This record gives sequence, structure tokens and C-alpha cells, in this order.
Amino acid sequence: MSIGLLIFVFILAIFLGVELITKVPSQLHTPLMSGTNAISGITIVGALTAAGTGADTMASIIGTIALILATINVVGGYLVTNRMLAMFKRKDKGQK
Amino acid sequence: MTDTITVLIDLGYIVASILFIIGIKMLGKPERARRGNMVSALGMLVAVVSALLECCLSFSLVIAGMVVGAFIGVIAARTVKMTSMPQMVAILNGFGGLASLLVGWENYHSMPESNLFITIAILLAVLIGGVAFSGSVIAYGKLSGKLSGKPIFFYSQQIVNGAIIISILLCGAIFAYHPAASLSYVIFIVIIGLALTLGVLGTIPIGGADMPVVIALLNSYSGLAASAAGFIILNNVLIVAGALVGASGLILTGIMCKAMNRSLTNVLFGGLQAAVSAAGSDQQVQGEPNPISPEDAFFLLEAARSVVFVPGYGMAVAQAQHAVRELGDILENNGAEVRYAIHPVAGRMPGHMNVLLAEANVLYEQLAEMDDVNPIMDSVDVCVVIGANDVVNPAAREIASSPIYGMPVINADKAKTVLVLKRSMAAGFAGVDNPLFVRQNTRMLFGDAKASMQQLVSEFKES
Repeated sequence: MSIGLLIFVFILAIFLGVELITKVPSQLHTPLMSGTNAISGITIVGALTAAGTGADTMASIIGTIALILATINVVGGYLVTNRMLAMFKRKDKGQK
Repeated sequence: MTDTITVLIDLGYIVASILFIIGIKMLGKPERARRGNMVSALGMLVAVVSALLECCLSFSLVIAGMVVGAFIGVIAARTVKMTSMPQMVAILNGFGGLASLLVGWENYHSMPESNLFITIAILLAVLIGGVAFSGSVIAYGKLSGKLSGKPIFFYSQQIVNGAIIISILLCGAIFAYHPAASLSYVIFIVIIGLALTLGVLGTIPIGGADMPVVIALLNSYSGLAASAAGFIILNNVLIVAGALVGASGLILTGIMCKAMNRSLTNVLFGGLQAAVSAAGSDQQVQGEPNPISPEDAFFLLEAARSVVFVPGYGMAVAQAQHAVRELGDILENNGAEVRYAIHPVAGRMPGHMNVLLAEANVLYEQLAEMDDVNPIMDSVDVCVVIGANDVVNPAAREIASSPIYGMPVINADKAKTVLVLKRSMAAGFAGVDNPLFVRQNTRMLFGDAKASMQQLVSEFKES
């Protein structure tokens, strides 16, 4: 894949991100932050390759630690966000 | 055959990117936010499965790593208290940053002789990931109370930071010139050390009340670090997802800064501190506070037809959210209209108060934003301020010399009566005097917020 194309994708994604987030109501800022935080755990894809194809023991150790951390970020992030969002109740279904 | 699999894997990454985009879009709508989070989690699953199809020579480490990580993640997410959510988000964010750093390191370790582009991507992943990690650890320490929440300054801090940045640039240039040389590995480790130091030094001067800005910014960094990791392994899904997170973190940072009427540089370099010490002496608040007993506060609330609660960090500290909701329900049954007005930077992370009140079963419709409440404030009978201070400080509107002058605040003082629940007469986190507490229409109910709330609730139950 050409480098120019990768940079192109990156810049487009930044603009897309700005458009997506600008109109979020402030009530949802915390779940939005922890939800996007979980998405930043996408580095798990890099960690998988790092852990699975390490050139030597050292590389495998670094890769595996990266994988553990990224998995914590992903799993913990999504579950915590889900827990928070489950608490936001609305009148139609959430009446006490 | 292999071709088909390669195409499938690429399609998987594309599907994952689309699911992230749709997921983030849905996260912005209250009624669809929860499903949005699930859509985004599904995207992550697709990405991980695609990666598993191409990644691995041996699966033992991969499976072990994922099982350990998932186990820790589940336990942490299940057991964390809602009041501890800011530090939880901070530490998860730190893990993501460190993972990107390690991905960069592993790639360098296994293939020192990459082209210049990949070498630069490795440097960026290590730098941004390192700052995100150590910064998040400090933020975690401050938010959880393990470190002092006060800003820490030391002599010639800016010069030290500048020196570190210049060293990083120099080391980076030497490293990028000839990454495969044996000396370069040493330089690489030095760069990691410098990045971690920079994250620590960049976060310690920031006070607890400014934490919403810092968390949002660090969130953005960890996204950008993931993007940099994507440039290393030439994978679009990392680039797209990381860029989305990076952009969203930056937007949130901007919103938080705007809500405090301060620039990002001002928050990051502690400009408020200097302003307080300069203006603090000649700006004394005149007047005496009017204390009120819980019995009188009860009569006040009992007669009120409309009540607005304004929570602040003090409510989180006192864990008073359930007692607040209980009182709110009683007032509603008593015929009053009850709303909760939430300032964008109340608490220690964006939307902190909303999460706590939602945990206490306050309905989404009752949570009002600052701009919705301020226009109707003069028709409100009682405005109950619980552990909030700077976000209701009228000095921000009236006293041009005040350090927080110009910051948008909830105009609690415009209500017919203001009931302030407060531990003592100490100044708020920003160290600024609050003239609200000595206004004619303000009554101070001193004591622990939770205990005071419970006392009011029992007064209502007895009557």
C-alpha cells in the first residue's frame, strides 16, 4: 500500500471524526470518552501480530505484554461503557 | 486460496472500520448510545478475528495474552465503582498508549532495518504512546487520591520540558538516520525514557479541577498512538480507528476548555495559578454567610414549586447521589418541578455528574444542560447547590478581575432562594472566593452533603 494513500486515509478519518463528535450532548461525554477509549484499543491488531510473529524471545515478550494491555483496554473499555450507558434511563421504559 | 483469504481479511478490516464509524455516530444519540457501543464492540471483534487469520506463527502466546487481558478487563469493569470512573478511564487509556508503544518497540526489535517512513512511524508510536501512558498513570494517581490533586510546580519547569523535547528531536533524528546501528538501540530506549518523563512532567502541574481537559487530551493521544502503530504495520483499520479517537478526543478537549473559558495552553501550563496569586489579595468577598438549619431548609423546600439541583465534585466525594435523587423524588411527589442542572466541567471528567445521577436512577429527561437552565433560573424557587463551587460562582459574570471571569457558569444566584450544601467556607478548587455564599438570597447548610440530604429526606418522611 502506498504511503501517500495511508496518509490520505488518516486525514479523511480525522475530518470524519470531527464531524461525528461535534454534536454529542454533554450528558453523554463520559460514555463517549470511554467508548472511544475502547476503540483506541484497536492497537490490539498490531499487538496480535507482535505477539504471534516475534523474531526472538524478547520480541515475543514485548508483543505479549502489548497484547495483554490492549486486551484489557478493549474488554474493560467496552464493558465499562456498556455499564454506564445501561444506567441512563428514559421515561418510556425506565420509570421507577 | 491464499488470495481469497487475503481479500477476506481486508474486507474484515473495512467492515470493522465501518462499524466503528457507525458505532461512534450512534454513541452521540442518547436513545441509541448503548447499541452504538455494541456496534463498535462488534467492529473490534471483526478486526481481531481478521487479524487472527493473518497474524500468527504460534498461537500459544496469543491465546494466553488475550485470556489474561480479557480476565483482567472483565474483573476491572465489573468491580469499579461509578464514582471511580474517571480514574478507570484514565488507566485504561494508559494501557492503550503503552500497548501502542510496545507494538512500536516490537516492530523495531524484530526489523531494525525498515525504511524511513516506518522508522518515523515507530518513533511517533513510541513517543505519543509513552506520553499517553505516563500521563494517564499520573492522572490516575491524582484522580484516585493516591497523588495530591494539587498542581505541582518546580523551578524552571518550562525549561526542563523544552530541554526534553529538544533531546527527543535530536535523538529521533540520529535514530532515524541509521536505525540498525547498535548504538541506535540505546538511543531508542533513551527516547522511550524521555517520552515517559515528558508525560509525567506534562501532567503533574495540572490541578484536579482541570482533569476533564487532561483526560480528554490523553484520550486523543492514545488514539493517535494507535494510528501511528497502523502506519508501522501498514494497516488501515488502525489508522482509521485511531484517527477517529484522536479527533474525538481533541473535540472534547476543545469543549472542556471552552466551558472554562480558558485556552488549552493556559490549562496545560497552569496559567490560572499565576492569576490567582496575582489577583487573590485585593479581591476579598464582603459580607457574612447566612447559615440555615435542616429544619428551616425543609420548610423552604416544602414550599417550593420548582427546584433545580446543581451537583459538583463534592457530591461525588460525599457519595451523595442516591440521597439527592431520593430528595428529588420526594419533592416531585410534593408537587414541585425538579431538574438537575449540570455544568460541562462539573466533576473530574466530561459528563461525570451525569453518570453519577444516572447511576442513582435520575431520568435522562431531568438532566439539564447549563444553557437550558440559565434562561429560566429567575423563575426557580429553590436552587440546591451540592458540593459545587466554581461552576456557580457569579464572580465569573460580575467581577472582571476574578481569575475565572468570563467562564460560563450556572446562574444559581438568580433563583429566588439558593440553598448551598457545603462542608465549610473554604474556597473552591480554583482557589477563588465565591460571592454567591454571602448573597442575601443564599442559605448555607453546612455539613457532609450526604448526611444533610438524608436529614432532609427524613424531615419529609416525618411530616
